[in-house]
Amino acid sequence: MGLDNSAKRDFKIVGTRVGRPDGIDKVTGKATYGADISAPGMLFGRILRSPHAHARIVSIDTSEAEKAEGVKAVVTGADLAMPEDEYFADVSVNCLARDKALYDGHAVAAVAATSKAAAKAAIRLIRVEYEVLPHVTDVDEAMKPDAPIVQEGRALENVPAGMSQNVTSHFEFGHGDLDAGFAKADKIVERSFKTAATHQGYIEPQACLATLGGDGRGEVWCCTQGQYMVRTKCAHVLGIEASQLKVTSSEIGGGFGGKTSTFIEPVALALSRKSGKPVKIVMTRDEVLRATGPTISTSMDVKIGMTNDGRITAGKAVLRYQGGAYPNGTVEFGAQAAFAAYDLDAVQTLGWNVMTNRPKEIPYRAPGAPTAIYAVESVVDELCQELSLDPLDVRLMNAARKGTLSAYGPTFNEIGLVATLEAAKDHPHYKAPLGENQGRGLSCGFWFNFGGNTCVSLNLNDDGTVGVVEGNPDIGGSRASISMMAAEELGVPYDKVRTVIADTSALGFNDITDGSRVTFAVGLATIEAARAAIKEMCRRAAKIWDVDEDAVRWEDGAVVPAGPNAGKHDPMTLAEIAAVAGSTGGPIAGHHEVNADGAGVSFGVHLVDTEVDPETGYTKILRYTVFQDAGKAVHPDYVEGQMQGGAVQGIGWALNEEYIYGEDGRLQNPGFLDYRVPVASDLPNIETVILEIPNPGHPYGVRGVGETPIVPPLAAISNAVSRAAGVRMAELPMSPPRLLKAMQG
Amino acid sequence: MKNIQVETTINGDATEFLCAPDESLLDVLRDRLGLTGAKEGCGTGDCGACSVTLNGEVVCSCLVLGVETQGAEIGTIEGMANGETLHPLQRVFIEEAALQCGICTPGILVAAKSLLEKNPDPTDTEIRYWLAGNLCRCTGYDKIIKAVQVAAAEMRGA
Amino acid sequence: MKYVKPDSFDAAAQLLRDEQGIARILSGGTDVLVMLKAEMVEPDLMVDLKHLPGMQDIVAENGGFRIGAAVPTARMGEHAALVAMWPGVVEGAELIGSTQVQNRATMAGNLCTGSPAADSVPAMVTAGAVARLHGPDGVRDVPVGDIPTGPGKNILAKGEFITSIYLPARPERAGDAYLRFIPRTEMDIAVSSAAVSLVLDDAGVVTDANVAIGAVAPTVRLVADAGAAIIGSKLDDDAVAKMVAAVEAACSPINDKRGTIAFRTTTAGVLAKRAAHIAYIRAGGQS
Repeated sequence: MGLDNSAKRDFKIVGTRVGRPDGIDKVTGKATYGADISAPGMLFGRILRSPHAHARIVSIDTSEAEKAEGVKAVVTGADLAMPEDEYFADVSVNCLARDKALYDGHAVAAVAATSKAAAKAAIRLIRVEYEVLPHVTDVDEAMKPDAPIVQEGRALENVPAGMSQNVTSHFEFGHGDLDAGFAKADKIVERSFKTAATHQGYIEPQACLATLGGDGRGEVWCCTQGQYMVRTKCAHVLGIEASQLKVTSSEIGGGFGGKTSTFIEPVALALSRKSGKPVKIVMTRDEVLRATGPTISTSMDVKIGMTNDGRITAGKAVLRYQGGAYPNGTVEFGAQAAFAAYDLDAVQTLGWNVMTNRPKEIPYRAPGAPTAIYAVESVVDELCQELSLDPLDVRLMNAARKGTLSAYGPTFNEIGLVATLEAAKDHPHYKAPLGENQGRGLSCGFWFNFGGNTCVSLNLNDDGTVGVVEGNPDIGGSRASISMMAAEELGVPYDKVRTVIADTSALGFNDITDGSRVTFAVGLATIEAARAAIKEMCRRAAKIWDVDEDAVRWEDGAVVPAGPNAGKHDPMTLAEIAAVAGSTGGPIAGHHEVNADGAGVSFGVHLVDTEVDPETGYTKILRYTVFQDAGKAVHPDYVEGQMQGGAVQGIGWALNEEYIYGEDGRLQNPGFLDYRVPVASDLPNIETVILEIPNPGHPYGVRGVGETPIVPPLAAISNAVSRAAGVRMAELPMSPPRLLKAMQG
Repeated sequence: MKNIQVETTINGDATEFLCAPDESLLDVLRDRLGLTGAKEGCGTGDCGACSVTLNGEVVCSCLVLGVETQGAEIGTIEGMANGETLHPLQRVFIEEAALQCGICTPGILVAAKSLLEKNPDPTDTEIRYWLAGNLCRCTGYDKIIKAVQVAAAEMRGA
Repeated sequence: MKYVKPDSFDAAAQLLRDEQGIARILSGGTDVLVMLKAEMVEPDLMVDLKHLPGMQDIVAENGGFRIGAAVPTARMGEHAALVAMWPGVVEGAELIGSTQVQNRATMAGNLCTGSPAADSVPAMVTAGAVARLHGPDGVRDVPVGDIPTGPGKNILAKGEFITSIYLPARPERAGDAYLRFIPRTEMDIAVSSAAVSLVLDDAGVVTDANVAIGAVAPTVRLVADAGAAIIGSKLDDDAVAKMVAAVEAACSPINDKRGTIAFRTTTAGVLAKRAAHIAYIRAGGQS
């Protein structure tokens, strides 16, 4: 890519803690999120959902609802297109069911009416005749040959015959001779684990406002991690052309991967097309939990061999992930990530993806990795305990580093794991004394990170200010980071740059905000766009000075003569060049389009102290420290924020969050009362230590930081609790009843 | 369902509205008055994103009927700043990066302001318990607690 | 739904008695609005009583306190004399929901909702609290423990509602405490709970004791054997063990998403033990 990777460069703006451009709007209530806008003549949409975990839809009678007061449209699956492509067909069927309801909460029909109350009343008038079918929600049950089949004919060819049709795909990674490896071990631990499904738990429910005419032209306003993704999916599901659909992303009230798909936008568009009016749909919390994407639940077996001095001789993991009622690929990430922190001669991971009668799994921060690494890091900790070895020393001894052949194939370039482990070892937290019923746990974490398709336009204004147009919703302060990188590269103050997020008609395609990609990939494209603008500014200055283009160069935010032959000219700043752009060839802009590569993997280490109440099984988090390699922390506050937020989501996963299904296959806890995300009083301060091992794939060394922090908490807390409680835990969440039962044998 | 006329004071301004008897104050604020700063995260009093003050006390506006507010004084996030001058909590939340996505921020600011009116010098633990009903999924709360402390110190003139 | 603010208790009773459909009383609203949202109940009539005389007041009466049925639990916590007299009652009431909820929720509402896990009820029961009911046939006083009859059920007759709850004078050298178990630190429904109220003599010997447990039976349960087990003791281990055994024996909980039978039973005993020790210290006992 020809990047200038001068890692040692002295940054002026990058690395500082500037204010965010959307700050005032967000602290005054002005910022507009998904549910915050209205349109003239707007209708309110509401969705009828299946009360059954698995049922054939015999008939749907919407006639009474259509006649109801205020109702302007009623739609069912028949109102959506059935794309030939299986991926988009699944989106369609998930938005509105066709022949079968596949899970409790599966959308079956929808109405649009002149008020919320009228819409609510009308969906009760829709008569759906169901033939209830046997259901399965547990991953191990779903794999049994006689399990109820969620969908037929969805398995890939690499799934062996004789397995349940619910098993849709299989992955295998690794290298080396496992038998020889285990033969060298002084101690082998083999354990089985289970983890419950969790939800991203964003506080803003999905919401959209959509309009679509009979001519196939439409607009959508919605909270999403990717407006282009919404456009693509809606176009397929509505049978319209992408060019005719303009999708604008609102401010987004949390996503964590959960807003990388679409549930209500196609329904709102179908209702709008039928009614001829704009339609707004806002999900309730109950709908969010029942019918958007939770993460996987798992069943896993891990076997690791170790020598008496702590060298891992071989590792094997078998991962079984259920991803709801449709095929998914998440176990592939888990199987790749499981042993990524280790430099191993012999390693093998096997993964199975399984369908159940649950909502379709949607990515949740480092999808697939937290659970797999939880299982591996639990067994490593148990080996350390059994062999009386220091768990940090053992990780250091076996740590992956530059040149390590990773368990999933690639050979690592510059990575920060060893530095991160050393930082943890040197930290006062690791040496602090522990009291009675207290335990300390640690875990490594890993995420691949992603680059992906990215477009950026950068425009110089005639007053010397800069506009950056990018296409990725800002879920945690990325507009600030992008502006900082533009300002850094252009040599202008941060507050001279404004970054805005384009709608789908204003900029080329961008992948969704996922894979911790935005600061990396959009940042990279912004720097490249700035460099293109700089090149143009040099050309213009050369024109003004009447010298050759190669007789000028860019230095400290201005064009200067490159040498004595260029003549004597005062430097021309960006502002000076931009002010006269009209007379030197027209407006000046830079842009960059790329499918960014070189994201650079990220490692983290979490240290946690817990105290367990031996009489109740209650776990208190006493102290928590996150160590992570950020490559280069563009805005350290927001890097710390990612580390803290991810850690706390992991704490929730480890201790209390879980999808609880009843015997009837219905979700028992679709609300924040019993889906228990951590509250402020549950937690200590989350200390953070940022390491900066530059990523060679980014001009400033940036690595994605958003996902890695959710990976280590599961094992770190399980290891801490296991040591505090004196019993090895192998199931998440470690809710008090489960922990007390384990402690009492 | 017949609408009822209600007269209240919102952020110091006399306000009249019509609402259905079973309509929540949150729906009234958002749908009828265009005050969308209070957010609906759950509608059941579990997340605090809809926090407003009712006669000076912080409540979940999703758990109050619009019709109950006849004659009441309501305070929302929209009334927290004085013109272009932000309340210290608002300014410090930006400075301390105490928000990421910002959806919980209005509710947390309203609740934190109410805390500091009752207790100008709270401990971290007191802040954490006071804000336990305000869910934040992005920050892990750390920077929120710090920001409340910084703003409290500033407001005390410390 | 009709929303009505009657101008007297009698008018309210009449309205409620005459309503043919479903009627609900609006006090703090923190339960009824949740049920409205979930479409669990769709009342035809909502009667708001908050404005009626005494409903918002905490008044000293015969050495104790009369607490209006619409007094938010947070106001109880701000009433120093009430907190000093019945700390366990106040701490139970102040555990209901969040700060925001506590500015609305009331003990009377918590009682009428009839949840076995209601946080304010066990300590009211051990305090000997009495609810004043107003109905079409007049006024009557009923011990708090007699009001709930099962999950979501109570003894209130059609048209009847609570106007106040009376907490009697606390004897000398007495103390109370309430503890609940929840998986987080806040915002959960009690998985099990226990309240203890006890009276000591000059020597620190328990002369009277009430123990009540919540979330482990269809209603909050006053466990007479548990109280009896510590009377005559200084909360020595043997007496406490007997109390715990009595508590466990009185549990008949269910398995559900919040806890198992075994967990609820075990923790109810643990909480009773811990609450007894707190009450003992509050009563002036030396541990």
